[in-house]
Amino acid sequence: MSKNKHILALAAAAALVAGCAGSGSTAGTPSSAELDALTQQIIKADFHDKGIVKVAEAFRDDETMRLCNAADVAGKPLDNATAKRIEELNMKTIQWPSDGKFLGDWKEGEKIAQSGRGLTWTDTAKTVNGGNCYNCHQIDKKEISFGTIGTSLYNYGKIRGVTDPNSPAAQEMVKYTWGKIWNSKAYNACSNMPRAGHMGILNEEQVRHLVALLLDPKSPVNQ
Amino acid sequence: MPIKKLSFTAIAVGVMALSGAALAQEKTSIQAIEEYREMLQDGNPAELFEAKGEELWKKPRGPKNASLEKCDLGKGPGVVKGAFVELPRYFKDTGKVQDLESRLVTCMSTLQGIDPKEVVNGQWGRGERANTTALATWIGAQSKGMAFNLPQSNPQERTMYEVGKRLFFQRGGAHDFACASCHGEEGKRIRLQDLPLLTKAPGDGVGFAAWPAYRVSNGQMWSMQHRLNDCYRQQRFPEPDFASDVTVALGVYLGVNAKGNKSAVPTIKR
Repeated sequence: MSKNKHILALAAAAALVAGCAGSGSTAGTPSSAELDALTQQIIKADFHDKGIVKVAEAFRDDETMRLCNAADVAGKPLDNATAKRIEELNMKTIQWPSDGKFLGDWKEGEKIAQSGRGLTWTDTAKTVNGGNCYNCHQIDKKEISFGTIGTSLYNYGKIRGVTDPNSPAAQEMVKYTWGKIWNSKAYNACSNMPRAGHMGILNEEQVRHLVALLLDPKSPVNQ
Repeated sequence: MPIKKLSFTAIAVGVMALSGAALAQEKTSIQAIEEYREMLQDGNPAELFEAKGEELWKKPRGPKNASLEKCDLGKGPGVVKGAFVELPRYFKDTGKVQDLESRLVTCMSTLQGIDPKEVVNGQWGRGERANTTALATWIGAQSKGMAFNLPQSNPQERTMYEVGKRLFFQRGGAHDFACASCHGEEGKRIRLQDLPLLTKAPGDGVGFAAWPAYRVSNGQMWSMQHRLNDCYRQQRFPEPDFASDVTVALGVYLGVNAKGNKSAVPTIKR
């Protein structure tokens, strides 16, 4: 990035350190708001585009990210009203299946769940993106290499009493599963889980296959 | 030096084969991986990089044909022992908080006349950037077993800690990942890889106290700059400039949090 910007950021840092007129700051340390601003200046100066990953896209302003990041820095979760507002905002972004079909092929879903590929600076625009699901979740019990950041999804449909995903009784759970994969933040404002559909990581067809992996009674998940 | 290349491969294949085994064997496979790591400790190829680093420190080089033996790593010119566990820190001569690698770039430039661009714009494992990694490996090794104790007396050091904290929690990119997505909770893992919690001291030889490390999977020596760079790649972030304030601020945050943890550098990783 431009060296001028960089020097400006450093100069700002030096000024903050030296002067420190900001309210709420203790001697020799800039205020929290000044530190927020300085961090964003440093980010703009120090990251550069590489391959398919662009600075302008990676850090584009997004209220959900901004509020959740600030909550983490403060060590305090969002207040209930804000969390609810953010969840509603994200709920509006969910695209429901264009043909009304929520379930695809669980075998394809398993492949997508296994793959962690796509959207790094060493991937190309042609790379087929994976869902990264096993990185954080237990899914099929036969796969022992699973992460634990997310909850176990083994027996996902069975535990929730889904015996026929096409029945009216199952519709609420089918819709929730689709929505959670499409935009996790619609249900938990600062969820660790990516917004796979909303951010263009997975397409409608891929989400359909993942819903089948979780809810199809024939899927190994529900055995 | 006992580098058993063949047995590395054999064990690596064995570990990979385990991933298809039944769940009942999960504990056993994790134990097997632990044993594999212990066996690797017997012959860490990082020793080769240490030897190269020591030579690079002592040998006259560059346009000024000088060694690095007068380089001030924070404890006075030429003092190497104990320097690693107090970095990044503020340096009066540059007016900046610097980590080990950015400080090395300064010393190579001022003492030896080597253009910083050769490192900053270089490639991993090549030329002067590879030299910087070897130097960092040797310098790190001189503080093996010593406890991290980064200074926070200078206001700029405290500012960089606060910036580093904000960077740690900065979600972004297509996947909304932050450093904290993987390193913000105790006892979690990605696939079978254990993840250290980095918002507090994660333990001796873990996290910040483990890099530079030799990577068995790709046969490369990785410095802390390289480790952070690849974390950002996997996070789906754009690339941070080498030794930039982003990387140094994160180093301050991780290093200060690691206070009291003993350095095991150089370590060996999968």
